[in-house]
Amino acid sequence: MRAKTMEYFDQLIPKGMVLAKEAKEQGKPVVGYYCVFSPIELIEAAGAIPVGLCATKQEPIAEAEKILPRNLCPLVKSSFGFAISGKCPFFHFSDFVLAETTCDGKKKMYELLSEHKPMIVLDIPNSATLEDLNEHWLKQIYRAKEYFEKNLGTEISREKLREVIKVYNEERKLIMELVSLNKHHPTPITGTDLLKVLWGRSFQFNRQEFLDQVKTLITELKEMVANGQFSCSPDSPRILVTGCPTGVGQEKVMGIIQECGGAVVLQESCSGIKGFVDLVDEAKDPFLALAEKYNKIPCACVSPNKGRLSLLSKLVEDFRVDGVVDITLQACHTYNIESYSVKEHLRKNHNIPLLQIETDYSESDTEQIKLRVEAFLEMLK
Amino acid sequence: MTWSIGIDVGSVSAKGVIFNGEKWDYVVIPTGWMPRQAGKEVLDQLLRKADIGLDNVGIIVGTGYGRVNLDFTHKTFSEIVCHARGAHYLFPQTQGIIDIGGQDSKAIAIDSEGKVKDFILNDKCAAGTGRFLQVMAQVLGYEVSELGERCGTTEPVEIGSMCAVFAESEIIGLLAQGVSQERIVAGVLLSIARRVGTMATKLNLGPHVTFCGGVAQNQILQRFLKEQTGWEMEAPEKPQLVGALGAAIIGYELCGGGK
Repeated sequence: MRAKTMEYFDQLIPKGMVLAKEAKEQGKPVVGYYCVFSPIELIEAAGAIPVGLCATKQEPIAEAEKILPRNLCPLVKSSFGFAISGKCPFFHFSDFVLAETTCDGKKKMYELLSEHKPMIVLDIPNSATLEDLNEHWLKQIYRAKEYFEKNLGTEISREKLREVIKVYNEERKLIMELVSLNKHHPTPITGTDLLKVLWGRSFQFNRQEFLDQVKTLITELKEMVANGQFSCSPDSPRILVTGCPTGVGQEKVMGIIQECGGAVVLQESCSGIKGFVDLVDEAKDPFLALAEKYNKIPCACVSPNKGRLSLLSKLVEDFRVDGVVDITLQACHTYNIESYSVKEHLRKNHNIPLLQIETDYSESDTEQIKLRVEAFLEMLK
Repeated sequence: MTWSIGIDVGSVSAKGVIFNGEKWDYVVIPTGWMPRQAGKEVLDQLLRKADIGLDNVGIIVGTGYGRVNLDFTHKTFSEIVCHARGAHYLFPQTQGIIDIGGQDSKAIAIDSEGKVKDFILNDKCAAGTGRFLQVMAQVLGYEVSELGERCGTTEPVEIGSMCAVFAESEIIGLLAQGVSQERIVAGVLLSIARRVGTMATKLNLGPHVTFCGGVAQNQILQRFLKEQTGWEMEAPEKPQLVGALGAAIIGYELCGGGK
């Protein structure tokens, strides 16, 4: 059974496209971003609307491959294809783009993208042990602050930023409350629906309405649990999905897991809960607190990435996970290599098996993935 | 007496096993263009061979890539669990399976009860599969089944390409340089053994490993694979039947056979 409130989230992205246009017509500045490393509190504090940019579909890849190498991560190709083909309204209506040097593919792609849209690229160090990591991040936060102030003709005061941080922290708590409902067995909400809500958060233009709908969804799901209505059957193995970002439009692997009888309990990835688990410290200087929160994101682009292992440890215990599926996008070296460490970590410490699926956004490997997933679920029973 | 039937429709051949808890018999036919029809044909031939009617069969279990198309099966299981059960039945001490089929190659780690512990499959390309072997045989003008006898103990030539299409060009280049067909055949077999061996050692299967799938009939490849992995390797007499046998055994247990 599916919660009725999900209909709102089904419409969120298509509606957002219209709202982006309206916002522009009303003279409201819009700033696009790609990644969970983007400190979007700054955008909001600058009086602009932060919006996610399109990135997770096969459709614009052919256009991107006219310029980018074919053997490149589909996320990078898709982002670029969407942007240059004019098929992403959010990109189109953005005044500028807040980007970041998370991986080599993205940072080189941004060099090409800057021909199409003004952008500020945050310099994210790929070392988690950089001696002046916090100072470095803080400098990047200030760089972004100055860029926004100059380009939007505004001032980001500490007070304003504090207010925004508070609102975003509330949102994070609410989202985590929603996700936590899936600690129940059987789960009240499917992984693909959870994705829709979490991913949709970057494409909403009315925060209060979005938050109200999340609250309604939580209430409805709690009622479902009380009435014994669930999103999967009691014998569904509980699966945690991790790895590369899996956005709306690219639910292929999660869809296959569910179709084959597994319950995707939650997603540990940047399209899942990665950005929501930690709050920004409200007691500290807001700029410093932002720097500290964002440099803690356990992404495979950072080395070493011990944070991901400890987060996974906590999640597999809290959510009573039976198996982990690691989705690796083709040519994503960091996640691909890290898959080994994650698998060994889960095997040794939790006796939980991991299935790695290497894929792209095309449908050409659906049958191969099905075979692997079916066998994995049979193995868990 | 209760019988169970396992049908494994692969990309190259459709295999069927009929089982009564003690004895088993089998049928193998080419899959051809119509997997569903091949599966049905296997079923009919099995019933004729055992001289029984469908009402004597407790359960029919489908496996293999064509399983989704078989409307007469009661249950389906992935070829991974079926291979595990089949290999465990034939060689109870086996700890792992290397299966090289027409379209894919896999390594499966199993526990002492034949349950799958872990598995790994080749990515979506022909390297390290029966199809790779077939394409190379075609370039050399041989039948796939001949490849084992064709090279004997000749020194393999190095074949670097892992892509079937590039390997084809590489072989044509080697022939043009005057390298003997025997050395090329040995090189092709070695390249598959390396590819599959590397994949299998990721799972640390050994030392008692069952080698199955149609390609396991090739003695030279078996020898190369042993050298690559350092594992003991046993191949059943009909290595392509392991999946169908496993399906029949799983089915036999599901319908409470023997109890």
